[in-house]
Amino acid sequence: MATMPASASDLLKSFKLKTKQQELLIRVSILCLVYILAFITRLFSVLRYESMIHEFDPYFNYRTTLYLTENGFYDFWNWFDYESWYPLGRIVGGTLYPGLMVTAVLIYRILRFLRFAVHIREVCVLTAPFFASNTTLVAYFFGKEIWDSGAGLVAAILIAICPGYISRSVAGSYDNEGVAIFALLFTFYVFVKAVNTGSLAWSLASAFGYFYMVSAWGGYVFIINLIPLYVLVLLITGRYSMRLYVAYNCMYILGMLLAMQIRFVGFQHVQSGEHMAAMGVFFLMQVFYFLDWVKHMLSDTKLFQAFLRITVTCAVAVGGIALGLGMVSGYISPWTGRFYSLLDPTYAKDHIPIIASVSEHQPTAWSSFMFDFHILLFLFPAGLYFCFKRLSDATIFIVMYGLTSMYFAGVMVRLILVATPAVCLISAIAVSATVKNLTVLLRSKNKVVQTGSTKGSGGSKSSSKALLDQSQPFQKNGAIALLFGAFYLLSRYATHCTWVTSEAYSSPSIVLAARGAHGNRVIFDDYREAYFWLRQNTPQDAKVMSWWDYGYQITAMGNRTVIVDNNTWNNTHIATVGRAMSSYEDEAIEIIRSLDVDYVLVVFGGVTGYSSDDINKFLWMVRIGGGVFPVIKEPDYLVNGEYRVDKGAAPKMLNCLMYKLCYYRFGEMLTEYGKPPGYDRARGVEIGNKDVKLEHLEEAFTTSNWIVRIYRVKPPNNRW
Amino acid sequence: MKSFRFCFLMLTIAILASPALSDLVLSKVDRRVENAGPEKESLVLLAFPEQQAKNMAYLMATPHEGKGKVKNPVVALPVEAANPKDMPAALTFYSVSLPKGLAEGDSFTFDVLAVFTHALRPIPEQITQADIQLVLYQDSAHYLSPYAVKVQSLSVKLPDSRIESYTKLENTKIHGSEIKYGPYENLPSFSYSPIAVHFESNLPFAVAQELVREIEISHWGNVQVTEHYKLIHGGAQSKGEFSRLDFLARPNVRGASAFRYLVANLPPRAHSVYYRDEIGNISTSHLRGDSKKTELLIEPRYPMFGGWRTAFTIGYGLPLQDFLYESDGKRFLNITFSSPMVELVIDALIVKVVLPEGSSDISVAASFPVEQWQETKISHLDIDGRPVVVLKKTNVVPQHNQFFQVYYHFSQLSMLREPLMLISGFFFFFVACIVYMHADISISKSSASYLAKQQWEEVQAVIQQVQNIISRCLTTHDNLEASLRDLSRTGNIQACKAARKAADGLLKELSKELKPLLTFLQSSPSAAQVLPKVEELVAKERELQEKVMVKHSTVVDGYEKKLGARDIENRVALQQQKLTALRQEVDDLLEFIDEI
Repeated sequence: MATMPASASDLLKSFKLKTKQQELLIRVSILCLVYILAFITRLFSVLRYESMIHEFDPYFNYRTTLYLTENGFYDFWNWFDYESWYPLGRIVGGTLYPGLMVTAVLIYRILRFLRFAVHIREVCVLTAPFFASNTTLVAYFFGKEIWDSGAGLVAAILIAICPGYISRSVAGSYDNEGVAIFALLFTFYVFVKAVNTGSLAWSLASAFGYFYMVSAWGGYVFIINLIPLYVLVLLITGRYSMRLYVAYNCMYILGMLLAMQIRFVGFQHVQSGEHMAAMGVFFLMQVFYFLDWVKHMLSDTKLFQAFLRITVTCAVAVGGIALGLGMVSGYISPWTGRFYSLLDPTYAKDHIPIIASVSEHQPTAWSSFMFDFHILLFLFPAGLYFCFKRLSDATIFIVMYGLTSMYFAGVMVRLILVATPAVCLISAIAVSATVKNLTVLLRSKNKVVQTGSTKGSGGSKSSSKALLDQSQPFQKNGAIALLFGAFYLLSRYATHCTWVTSEAYSSPSIVLAARGAHGNRVIFDDYREAYFWLRQNTPQDAKVMSWWDYGYQITAMGNRTVIVDNNTWNNTHIATVGRAMSSYEDEAIEIIRSLDVDYVLVVFGGVTGYSSDDINKFLWMVRIGGGVFPVIKEPDYLVNGEYRVDKGAAPKMLNCLMYKLCYYRFGEMLTEYGKPPGYDRARGVEIGNKDVKLEHLEEAFTTSNWIVRIYRVKPPNNRW
Repeated sequence: MKSFRFCFLMLTIAILASPALSDLVLSKVDRRVENAGPEKESLVLLAFPEQQAKNMAYLMATPHEGKGKVKNPVVALPVEAANPKDMPAALTFYSVSLPKGLAEGDSFTFDVLAVFTHALRPIPEQITQADIQLVLYQDSAHYLSPYAVKVQSLSVKLPDSRIESYTKLENTKIHGSEIKYGPYENLPSFSYSPIAVHFESNLPFAVAQELVREIEISHWGNVQVTEHYKLIHGGAQSKGEFSRLDFLARPNVRGASAFRYLVANLPPRAHSVYYRDEIGNISTSHLRGDSKKTELLIEPRYPMFGGWRTAFTIGYGLPLQDFLYESDGKRFLNITFSSPMVELVIDALIVKVVLPEGSSDISVAASFPVEQWQETKISHLDIDGRPVVVLKKTNVVPQHNQFFQVYYHFSQLSMLREPLMLISGFFFFFVACIVYMHADISISKSSASYLAKQQWEEVQAVIQQVQNIISRCLTTHDNLEASLRDLSRTGNIQACKAARKAADGLLKELSKELKPLLTFLQSSPSAAQVLPKVEELVAKERELQEKVMVKHSTVVDGYEKKLGARDIENRVALQQQKLTALRQEVDDLLEFIDEI
């Protein structure tokens, strides 16, 4: 009887893993679970709707990816797209970041090679979740690098479900950001690793990471400015080392050369103002190194001080003159408006209405910070505290990344995305450090209690009484309470993230869903109805005029030529369309004919109460049109500074083309019970002009819920 | 002329501008043939004018059965295209072979069913949303035949009684939606009397310009059917505005010529039905199913007006056992040829039957002529692709929706191919992982860091061994303690001494083993940090060992001297305390070293 348990325990012991192995096993399995979780939480959109591409820009990416799969890389690189920006066209190969498309096609080819007969659309839909999963791995390693593996694990979990990141990486959101956040974090991680180790290999890896980032997203400018800034801070704080020298020089030189291979970026690294900081820091590094060497050679400090003064003055003067000459001669381009609008939130509003008109370029509201970060918003400062407490090269980096990106997140809603990894990492440090401190407290006690009890049962007088006496009961209880509090907060975070993902961020915005009167789900599939109608029932070479928001979708789904699209590279062209929409019909028809337009498409939400329609965007059309053509004046469309569409609206408003196209025959329509005909549900008013007559245009198609209305341009009347 | 030895006795010719099929005209003819010549005759010629022959999609002749008779399965008479001499070139001939030759004076009655597509011409060709659609049908009131006709009549059945105009001949009567011509008697051969009927038809003119059906057999229990439609409304072209307001308000008046939905009768137990197009899923469809059939009602994205096009794909899975059979060691698929859509004319139908990879000896049996070739398709986990039988037929009407068979050989073992591929794929992946973990792929074997790493690994291995030895020592101590407990229970001193002896031997051996390991650690430079801890561990353990021995001897002594249990306990109490403390220290050290 007595030997039995002993042998059993021996057996168990031989199977039992060592603490280290156990830890490894737990860590790997947690990482695997997080990897899977990050993927599947992004599949809500597929479950709720279908496996489809979302929003606006992804449709362009999808279209180019299709082109790439069908025609190969060289054709793609040299692609001149006749179907957009008619009659200008667009050099696609030279005006896009090809990283996303090439990645998707690469995955597609690999799957095909492994004999999985997938469709390229499925690959495109799942690219973003796949890269989000990879990001969690990078976050783990990054966390491990800057703090410890516990913080890495927490960071991986936090970033896997953080709404700020999910908003841009759900299945179907086939956009540059999907892969770019991975590339961004990877570059940062590898660079920090390079700084920590001084290894040329890691530095090389960070150059390649940077290259991938440049190929994927315009946000690479953030990297090329943050890293020099970080290096500068290290220099100032006296943390200059050989490791830093190796890491930065290799990364900058190779990264710059590699980035020049992307046509859209070209020589910007040496020519544009946004990239000059990196170059300046590069030269500064050389000066530093040189001074270091001279200091080593000169034993006399006084002599060195003098030398230092002369060298620094010379270096600054040469740098200043070079920059000035570059600026004056036009070799170095000044900062672009987009860059200015990042540094100064009010800049875009005054100078570039086309940037200001995009909702995701608005300054961030507190509520959306709360929505996207939830508890991370409170953990972030706590994490910063821990970082400052244990200052190292790595923590300085994450602090700088966190602070700068938080500033940018405040300037523009969409840049919350860039801040998310930093916020997750810093919060993870807070969580991990707190929990670790608490558990250490708990564990040390537990052990003592355990040893005491086992020995006590052994029949001896308790020997470890001295140890037990040291414990304070309140401390232990407090630790337990705090731990529970932390877990409660984290579980609230998980619940919040899941809810946000399923309710807010999984809508494709092509298909609109609403709750019906009986709580059932009503689907408005009007966009695709219209686009498919265009695709099937208009001549192959028909040109469609619409506001630029719908350009990408019309070319991708409708397969028809558009006048302007979401690649807002030509402000004048967009302003021309804005002018046409805001003129009277007989003035507009001149513009329409001059642009060779066959169909005009407008989006109208008056029947369904869909509020992001063209009437609500109309003021931006007026503003952008008026910015180029002063004939269009915003006050003409307003009554006492108020924008309205009912009887009290401005006469110009009631008779402009956009108004007519949206409300054509709407005056006869009964939209809501108990309301007069022509009641606009999106704006909650009865429209002012119910008798809309069109002279040069005729209704060609209106979708079943009136969301998209397409008009045909009539041929000119015969003259006799 | 040979054929003029016949004399036809036509009973009726009924021409239906079918109530169901829009772009179709079904012509049903009842013919009684009488041999008026002296020779036996077994072939009857049917003549069609060029225009009709071009549009003819289907022709079938069956022996006529009386009305009261029990319906036997009708055996169709063989019909072949004929090219008799001395006939007008503008006519196309088909010959029907009679079951037995007709002697002089004998008669035989049979039905001929001919189906024409695109025979109705919309006039006017363009209509607005509010207009009704008018179509024109042209034919001959007299039956066009190479033979003399004794009696003949013609009735034209229309879908609706609203008739715009029709050719009035003698003996023309109109009953509601039916126009009757005849009877005419004793017509000479090749008599022709053109008629035209202009009438209203708002039936759906759904024409599939191209339909590709892909039937994929999986021997894991599924037949997957995918149908790609390119559809057009083949009626009068719509012109002018399309007003959604009018269409919403009065869809039957403003949009009478449009059709909004199509119905497909799928086989029973169809599952996983989907309906989508190039840009995604189409949510407007309804599926109803019972044990007899599955009815799928699909709405295109927009109502189909004249000339409007759409394209979509429907797909469904069918249980394998309903369609796949085995005979003479061969398997065969028995499935319908054409589309499950009701009232659909198909201009070009391509049926692709995708057989499992490794099928051989493929042959097709269809009841009408089709173009046929083979392709391969590469699908999931295929190495050299699946054989595909492609059947192509133009001008397909619902009458063609007959079963056809594809015979092929397929070995049951081939089914295991794909699972085995997957298994071996994963197997090789794991093998590769193992190899990677164990292989040394460092480039420079002489670099300092590499050497240091290797040394460190050796040191780790040695420390592992040291730990093992220590833990074995500890178990020996435990055994000694256990023997003491046994002693206190049983009082068997001999057994206890034996245990002591065994333990002594074991511990001696262990310390011998420990010696070379320690010297290695002392000599290795990279063990410098760990060494003090390890040495401390060894020292503590030795101390512990001594204490245990002392305690053991004390207790055994006590028993030998027959001291009381209480006495013995008092004697060892102090030692026991020290032991516990030492044991604790050793455990701590072990843990510490473990974490390095």
